[in-house]
Amino acid sequence: MEKFIVSSSPHFNGKKTTQNIMLDVIIGLTPAMVASVVIFGIRAAVVILTCIAACVASEYICRRVMKRPQTVGDLSCVVTGILLALNLPVTINPLMAVFGSVAAIVVIKQMFGGIGQNFVNPALTARIILMNSFPAPMTHWTDAFDYGAGADAVTTATPLSGMMYVNSPNSAPDYMQLLWGTHGGCLGETCALAIILGGVYLIIRKVISPVIPVTYLATVAVFSAVLGRDPLFDLLAGGLMLGAFFMATDYTTSPLYWKARIVFAVGCGVLTVLIREFGSLPEGVSYSIVLMNIVTPLIERYVRPRAFGKPKEKKGRGAA
Amino acid sequence: MQQQFPNRPFRTHGGAPVPHHKNTWSEPSAVMPPPERVVIPMQQHIGAPCKPVVKKGDHVYVGQVIGDNDAFVCAPIHASVSGTVSAVTKVLLTGGQTTEAIVIDSDGQMEHDPSIAPPPPVTNKKELAETARKSGLVGLGGAGFPAHVKLNVPEGKSIDTLIINVAECEPYVTSDHREALENGRNVLEGIYKVKEILDVHRVLIAVEDNKPDVIAKLTEIADDPQKDPKDEVRVLTLKSRYPQGAEKVLVQACTGRKVAPGQLPADVGCLVMNIASVSFLASYMRTGMPLTLKRVTIDGSAVKSPKNVIVPIGTPIKDVVAFCGGYKAEPRKILMGGPMMGIAITSDELPILKQNNAILAFDEAEARQYATTDCIRCGRCVAACPMELMPTKLEKAVEKKDVDALLSLDIMTCMECGCCAFSCPAGRRLVQAIRLGKSYVRKAGKK
Repeated sequence: MEKFIVSSSPHFNGKKTTQNIMLDVIIGLTPAMVASVVIFGIRAAVVILTCIAACVASEYICRRVMKRPQTVGDLSCVVTGILLALNLPVTINPLMAVFGSVAAIVVIKQMFGGIGQNFVNPALTARIILMNSFPAPMTHWTDAFDYGAGADAVTTATPLSGMMYVNSPNSAPDYMQLLWGTHGGCLGETCALAIILGGVYLIIRKVISPVIPVTYLATVAVFSAVLGRDPLFDLLAGGLMLGAFFMATDYTTSPLYWKARIVFAVGCGVLTVLIREFGSLPEGVSYSIVLMNIVTPLIERYVRPRAFGKPKEKKGRGAA
Repeated sequence: MQQQFPNRPFRTHGGAPVPHHKNTWSEPSAVMPPPERVVIPMQQHIGAPCKPVVKKGDHVYVGQVIGDNDAFVCAPIHASVSGTVSAVTKVLLTGGQTTEAIVIDSDGQMEHDPSIAPPPPVTNKKELAETARKSGLVGLGGAGFPAHVKLNVPEGKSIDTLIINVAECEPYVTSDHREALENGRNVLEGIYKVKEILDVHRVLIAVEDNKPDVIAKLTEIADDPQKDPKDEVRVLTLKSRYPQGAEKVLVQACTGRKVAPGQLPADVGCLVMNIASVSFLASYMRTGMPLTLKRVTIDGSAVKSPKNVIVPIGTPIKDVVAFCGGYKAEPRKILMGGPMMGIAITSDELPILKQNNAILAFDEAEARQYATTDCIRCGRCVAACPMELMPTKLEKAVEKKDVDALLSLDIMTCMECGCCAFSCPAGRRLVQAIRLGKSYVRKAGKK
């Protein structure tokens, strides 16, 4: 008889794996992808598929070159691809999308050690890189249902940039339009409803905890009201929904402990509104999340759970 | 003093939704006939090992003391069969330690020691502790902490709550479940006795809600206006969420109090006893028969007919499995205890110990190791930890052998319940890493 397997307890493992978590995220992103294809036409699908293919290929090649175990199977690169695509305008040159994907996977993710090691969100940082490399194509918006608009067509405003530059008090924002996403913008920042749907799915599947999205959105609403802006408009416009449900909740770059997550999400919310109100950019979701990603280790250092039954540490001098 | 009884359990942190697999609860326990030989190790408890007091060739009776030690934290060991001592050898136990063991060849008679008689009635705390020591009782829930040490509440600490642990949160294990159904009255008898001697006026029988029949049965028996006129013994229904039965978590669920690191439940006025321990104490006081039998759940995918078996202590595991119809598939992993905290053993020749509550044998499919991938920092381990630690950070500190970081992350508070590793989507061996980390800390002599 063969020898028995001897291993450390526990001898059971739960059903969740990295792969099926990522699959759930992909399912959660599906409504947003479908909405983007409906709103912007088949070219949206092309952008999404380009990003996914480029991300998967970069991850595969990177792991091969680095002689590391292959991690394409965990699907996290597919998620990065989708998220990046949802952050691009539909008229983007596919080569730029490929450039962004390579930057996300190779520079931001794999060079720092692969999944779980990157200190900023790959898709968001890639978007920032693209924004700074190609400012014009990255802010070239077409109207909803204007399937044929080319890169040379007249650009329309997104609701946020419209508010910033036009700033007409007469044009009250159309909330239903924002909710359904029938306006200009990135693929994934238009239809708030589809993103909320996907976010709720992730919460029900316990892939994400509601702490970050709820705190983030609440902070934006409150802070926006404090500054005399329109809170409902701020919630529904721009990339906030996508950021709150899918980007800020990124495991690797957000804190582990729920109280630290609250600090993180409040920071994201405050920065988002500050950039929208005072910044030279119409939109601040990506910068605020990336900035908070960077301070995550610092938050974790100061906000951490107190071990069961451990007495509160006395502050100040003379503490034992 | 009138004490409040909680209507529902207090909140506890974390935990894991482990599958129950309580396959064996409905079948009455079978009594195993005396095995050919038993191997009785001299260490079946936390504390000092016993020294053999019999030698090769001696004839022993059931219930006769065969090992004892004057040390305080120690419980005597009794022969579980009658017969002849064929050897005093050494065995390797699961903790990796070698200990002396007495091998007894059974004569099949199960003759009781003629000197066994009911102990004199217990009237005070000291006598209760003494009686518990003589009975050889250790914590039957799995830890094996000598019962008399626990019952010997130091001066200055007062116990206001007695908690009877029937949570049985480990998957598969149903031995406490059967104890409650088969020996309910005995359990209550033990509770009344301990309650009277320790002058406790609040007794909570804590049962997880996956055992409605136990809740119904114990509630019915506990509602006895004659023995308990003030209704001081009540059943508290806990949520079925592993690890409700872990001592610290149980105290928290029952009273809302937290036992600080390095402290005992007595420090927050609680005494936790396993149901089988209380029940045994009651029968010992009635008959004087020390701890020689143990109810053990035999289950797992490799066992032909899983059931609870009442086994003489020291019976080799393979004999007990043979009594359960033997293996139906080749066993690849055998556990002593439940799948969350049980120990994988190297051989089925090892004997059943006092504190064993289950033996699980798994076939190839269930024994297979799951794959480990990189940590994705999802935070599930942090959310699952009942001790409110950060297992993934501990694991990283262990990799760096950073003892200071381990201490600042309170590694010693970890009770190795396994919730973190169970919840980990990357299949990381967090408990294993933490155990290693604890050894670094011990080696560094900082605690």
